[in-house]
Amino acid sequence: MNNRWTLYDPRLAWMLIAPVLLLLIFFLVLPIAVMAAYTFFTFVTAGVETSTLTTANWQEFFTDSYYSGFLLKTLRVGAITALLCGVLGYFPAYFIWATTFKHKWLLLLLLIVPFWISFTIRTFSWINILGEQGVINVALLKLGIISEPLPMLYNEGAVILGLLHFLLPYMILNVYVSLEGIDRTLISAARSMGCTSAQAFREVTLPLSLPGLAAGLLLCFVLAAGSYVTPQLLGSGRDALFGNLIYDTIMGELNWPMGATLSIVLFVVLGFFAAIYTRYMGMSQIVKGLGG
Amino acid sequence: MKLTTTTRLERLQDRYANGDLSRRTFLTLTAAAAAAAGLDMPWMRQALAAVEEVRFDGWGGTVQEAIDKYAFQPYTAKTKIKVVQGTFGDEDEIITKIKTAKPGDYQVIHSSGVNYYIKYVNGGLTSEINEANIPNMANVLQPMIEPFRKLTPKLSAVPYDYGTTGIAYNTKVISPEEAKEKGAALLLDKKYAGKVGGYSDMTTRVWYAALATGQDPNNIKDMDTIWAKVRETRDLAKKFWSSGAELMDLLSKGEIVVTDAWSGRVAALQDQGHPIGYLDPAGSYAWMEDMLILKGSPMAESEELINFMLDPATSIAVAEGQSYPPSLDPTKVKLTEKIEKLPAFDKTGTMKSLTFADPTYWANNEDAWTKQWNRISKGA
Repeated sequence: MNNRWTLYDPRLAWMLIAPVLLLLIFFLVLPIAVMAAYTFFTFVTAGVETSTLTTANWQEFFTDSYYSGFLLKTLRVGAITALLCGVLGYFPAYFIWATTFKHKWLLLLLLIVPFWISFTIRTFSWINILGEQGVINVALLKLGIISEPLPMLYNEGAVILGLLHFLLPYMILNVYVSLEGIDRTLISAARSMGCTSAQAFREVTLPLSLPGLAAGLLLCFVLAAGSYVTPQLLGSGRDALFGNLIYDTIMGELNWPMGATLSIVLFVVLGFFAAIYTRYMGMSQIVKGLGG
Repeated sequence: MKLTTTTRLERLQDRYANGDLSRRTFLTLTAAAAAAAGLDMPWMRQALAAVEEVRFDGWGGTVQEAIDKYAFQPYTAKTKIKVVQGTFGDEDEIITKIKTAKPGDYQVIHSSGVNYYIKYVNGGLTSEINEANIPNMANVLQPMIEPFRKLTPKLSAVPYDYGTTGIAYNTKVISPEEAKEKGAALLLDKKYAGKVGGYSDMTTRVWYAALATGQDPNNIKDMDTIWAKVRETRDLAKKFWSSGAELMDLLSKGEIVVTDAWSGRVAALQDQGHPIGYLDPAGSYAWMEDMLILKGSPMAESEELINFMLDPATSIAVAEGQSYPPSLDPTKVKLTEKIEKLPAFDKTGTMKSLTFADPTYWANNEDAWTKQWNRISKGA
């Protein structure tokens, strides 16, 4: 009976993955394909384009340094944000993992509390903290420490701060999950063989938690480099990122073919970094970090 | 001429009250309408369901609050047709959404006059209004209707209000005398570096740069000097705002002390007691707004809504609420003292005291200038 289904029958496997595959095709592959096709359309005037095929949009991207400059700046801001998230996020993650506090779940809950508030409102809240009439400036002025309000808003620092606020929980969760996977007897073994606490951390804990740290770095980098709202609210025009460029091209200039070209560029560049990570680390760590 | 049941019955009642119909005819026609409404065929239910609401998208904030309170709520109370509302901060944003939606998803737009009207027309997004269904258009200022009719003899929009983008300043920092003396040059005054604002919009930036360089905004000869001035303002600016709410926030919190600003929003701030002054320098940028009906909209209901909004009592109440003068001709309709005191109000009804953008000239340059402005705003 050759037609009988077996447990590891490929046909069964295809049937099981078919719904997800269809979802991916319709909601991921197809939109990206349409976007890619749009990059070859001809822009006529604001809001009007024709399907006459042209490479003009790609030519403009590759020959105009304005776009490459913004791309590099976006990657720089993304990298700085990811590194700061790594440095600032590792310690809370380590603390939550190492603590003997019996209600550890409470600490983890605190991490996700910010997600209960709208992202835009969380970002707006920085205006009331960093602004000229914000909490910090008003307090410093009243205390007589400064005579003029400090310019803390509408600059790159404010944008990175806003991104840190948004991305730190992702980093902490990723590192925490990685730490949770470490066999604690390895640390005990290191200590019993004469390592100090610091040496045990350096030689055992840190290397074993690196996949989580790397996953957090990738996640924070990709999300920061693709962000649009934070630079729009907390930055000046000069602090715009590539996402803002895409927004202005599509929504402001109503130039969809060029906007699609820029979108595909960002997708490919960020996809390239994700691919490098997958090649060396695998995606499983990110899935673990996001899934808890 | 397509009419809604409400309008049809109201007009029957008017004709009967005026003595144009006999009692028998009035009752016969009313009964016929009632019988028609009572027949419950499936297709009729669908048709009736389709006109239970009209979708409106506007600028949000105090402007839309006034429209909702004084026009939409009474309209719904009268007709039972609900006005479902959405908002946008930038009209290009709503055009993008309309392009990606199917006809009828978006219906009536509070649009920014002829400059944007061209975009809807070019994109094939507009409907064709039956002006006979909007009798209150007779009271609308002809100088406001003419620019629309030049673009499309059959209108898709009806002018509703107008205003100016003048200079707003914090009176605690800048005196009215200084503001009057410097005018548009205040935006380029190095004394206020880091405390200057401006609307993040190509037309406004180029317009004020033209005034600063002594050029006619509707016939600019030297664009290089314009872009140089735009960069100068950018370098002095703390933030270019992108919505009326953001403008009010920046001014009221003292983040900026001088900016170009929408007259109505400044009037709203003044009403709230903020120390904000306003002046229209010579050649100040005047604009008008219209109610635009998009393709696929329920025409009879949309036209009925606009007619209701243009009713003098409604229009005056909205104008007082949003602090922008209405499109009603002051030589035909008696306006209130409060409206006559609003910034930009033109009592002659000729609109000659206001400088509007020449739609054809600006449309011809829009794509290139918007692209250049987007770059400059990002530091280029």
